[in-house]
Amino acid sequence: MVAQQQGDGFVVFDGVQKSYDGETLVVKDLNLSVAKGEFLTMLGPSGSGKTTCLMMLAGFETATNGEIMLDKRPINSVPPHKRGIGMVFQNYALFPHMTVGENLAFPLEVRGLGKSDREKKVKRALDMVQMGAFMGRRPAQLSGGQQQRIALARALVFEPELVLMDEPLGALDKQLREHMQFEITRLAHDLGITTVYVTHDQTEALTMSDNVAVFDDGRIQQLDPPDVLYEEPRNSFVAQFIGENNTLDGVVKEIKGDACVVELDSGALIDAKPVNISKVGERTRVSIRPERVEANKERLDAEAHLIDAEVLEFIYMGDVFRTRLKVAGNENFIMKTRNAPDQVRHKKGEKIKIGWMPKDCRALDCPT
Amino acid sequence: MAMADATQDDVQVGDTTDKRGRLVTSDGTPLRRALERSMRRRKLTAFLLVAPLLAFILIFFAFPIAQMMWRSVDNPQVVDALPRTLDALQDWDGSGMPDEPVFAALHADMMEDLDRPRREQKIGPLGIRLNYELSAARGAISRTSRQVPNFEAPYAEAFGDAHRLWGQPELWRVIKREGRPLTPAYYIAALDREYDEAGNIVKRPENRQIYVNLFGRTLALSVAITFMTFLLGFPIAYYLSILPMRYANLLMIAVLLPFWTSLLVRTSAWIVLLQQQGVLNTLFVNIGLIGDDNRLDLIYNQTGTIIAMTHILLPFMVLPLYSVMRTIPPSYMRAAKSLGATPTTAFRRVYFPQTLPGIGAGGVLVFIISIGYYITPALVGGQSGRMISNEIARHIQQSLNWGLAAALGSMLLVGVLLLYWLFNRLVGTDSLKFG
Repeated sequence: MVAQQQGDGFVVFDGVQKSYDGETLVVKDLNLSVAKGEFLTMLGPSGSGKTTCLMMLAGFETATNGEIMLDKRPINSVPPHKRGIGMVFQNYALFPHMTVGENLAFPLEVRGLGKSDREKKVKRALDMVQMGAFMGRRPAQLSGGQQQRIALARALVFEPELVLMDEPLGALDKQLREHMQFEITRLAHDLGITTVYVTHDQTEALTMSDNVAVFDDGRIQQLDPPDVLYEEPRNSFVAQFIGENNTLDGVVKEIKGDACVVELDSGALIDAKPVNISKVGERTRVSIRPERVEANKERLDAEAHLIDAEVLEFIYMGDVFRTRLKVAGNENFIMKTRNAPDQVRHKKGEKIKIGWMPKDCRALDCPT
Repeated sequence: MAMADATQDDVQVGDTTDKRGRLVTSDGTPLRRALERSMRRRKLTAFLLVAPLLAFILIFFAFPIAQMMWRSVDNPQVVDALPRTLDALQDWDGSGMPDEPVFAALHADMMEDLDRPRREQKIGPLGIRLNYELSAARGAISRTSRQVPNFEAPYAEAFGDAHRLWGQPELWRVIKREGRPLTPAYYIAALDREYDEAGNIVKRPENRQIYVNLFGRTLALSVAITFMTFLLGFPIAYYLSILPMRYANLLMIAVLLPFWTSLLVRTSAWIVLLQQQGVLNTLFVNIGLIGDDNRLDLIYNQTGTIIAMTHILLPFMVLPLYSVMRTIPPSYMRAAKSLGATPTTAFRRVYFPQTLPGIGAGGVLVFIISIGYYITPALVGGQSGRMISNEIARHIQQSLNWGLAAALGSMLLVGVLLLYWLFNRLVGTDSLKFG
């Protein structure tokens, strides 16, 4: 959870709502606080309201209701050019008719900086992204990754305290994207700037952020550091959206403090950790990460419930094995095992018994 | 296939170059030749696809233009009609009167012409041609040619009696000067110049200068029209470009509507609106803006030409502008604002420069169309709103001086090409977007 109380963060959304047509809310009651120097990622499927939130923060959209504060000042009525927020756009938005140098000098020029100051800062910003040699080029003469760096440098050159990034790596290939993820986090931390980063790529969110806000349906579903988010999803949307996930539907049979027993629709009993279920008899959807599924009984507690599974497919992936199982009617139940010397390679059609630690199997809400 | 015969020592399997260092394919054919062969079929297909249009353009566009340009210097009339006379005139120095042999030769030429079938007679065209240079020359020649069979030596007197012009060196100077197959005379006339007695090219008297002024006026009107379409078109195109597609398409129809109505109808509508007893003037009078006895002259002058042509050519400005503006993502303006630029600065420094290809394309299109525009100025231009193309049309249809019309047309063509070249040097046509 966020450490700060609502109100003393650097960026604060206080009960923000947004509607475009007056009939539906794109953002429903958003409360969010970002600490100074924090790297926050807004993650969510398209249409979840994350980009709208970013645009409201940048000033390109106005909040229909609620207050957005930047450094304790309400900024709802401040026009974008007076907010002093750096922004990296999805397609970089480098001005095609200006050279790289002119692009970077632009924010300094409109702030009335002298020529020598401008040159000094432009040079420093370009060096920061290792693009010092490209000052005289036009954006069209650069590769996607290079344009990305220039866009980053341009958003940082006027030394804003807050930088917004709207899916900045979406157009890059995988390798470059991973490299840039690292670069961006390094820069953000080195410079101590606060970053709000929007993406729909959960890997990106997990690897880069201090905190991730998972958006769906105009609300923040969960706001936590990456590891908490992955290991302790609070509802089935987050569990499903972040990482790979196996689900089984059933009814709560028994709750004993930190553990519960769920009777699956097939009749089998399994152990789970109750997360957002409250009473016996309630329908639930349990969620287990593929790498936490165990076929080796010796590694499980003696009294752990085991469940029958049939191997449908065995996929060799080098570092890991992916075994697709049929479990309680679910034919897409995945078990991921490390390629260790003693690891069993299951055959298709083989009948095995699997289980897991109760704390890894989270009994969540059952979406209708 | 030199490489196929080469021994193993010369070419190693897998070598990519031959002895001369040229790239070769795996079977030893020079790469360039192999590429040519493989491309030949595609080139042929491409040629066949464009061939019909190419033929059409050659026959109905390039050829007529070449013919028109040829006509502007072509000068066969004197040479055809008076070969003997021109021979005899060779030694005449242009001062005083030619000698008797010249008149005798003229008599012989005219007599020969009378023997020709009517359709092939050369004296008629000769009269017309000489009349361009010297008014009354046509009368002199046609009257003389009727009397020529009765002439007897000495011919000088006989000709002099038939028409006074034969007794003046002026006509003879014209005959001698135009007695060559090619002439600059039409261009000289088109530039408001003429020959003086000594044969120098001088300016015409002030009251007979027409064309240079008309070219100037055509240029000025075209610039004004281009500027007006830009002023009106830019905001429309901008607004269209930021609207959602379906509204933009709807409004685009309104912009394009003029395209789908007959040009004549549109121009006539302007006559109805703008004339002295027309809608606009009557409205102004009724609301007391102007008095009934000083109604505005909005039509049959330059104002009329500018208003009507701005309306007609507006789509040519809006379409390229719109197509360029559509491709400018809104994120550029947003980026500029996020970098601290006020909306005005963002527009001036970031948005406007990116619309330049559209402005260039629209400007060139409107300017070039309007510089050669004919119908609208003819209908609503009156005297002061006429353009060069109206004068060209007059020479083609009424005065039948095709040579002069061709010279004016060629000058217009060269002028447009020159402007286009200049534009290309300054802006670069490769950055243009026509839609």
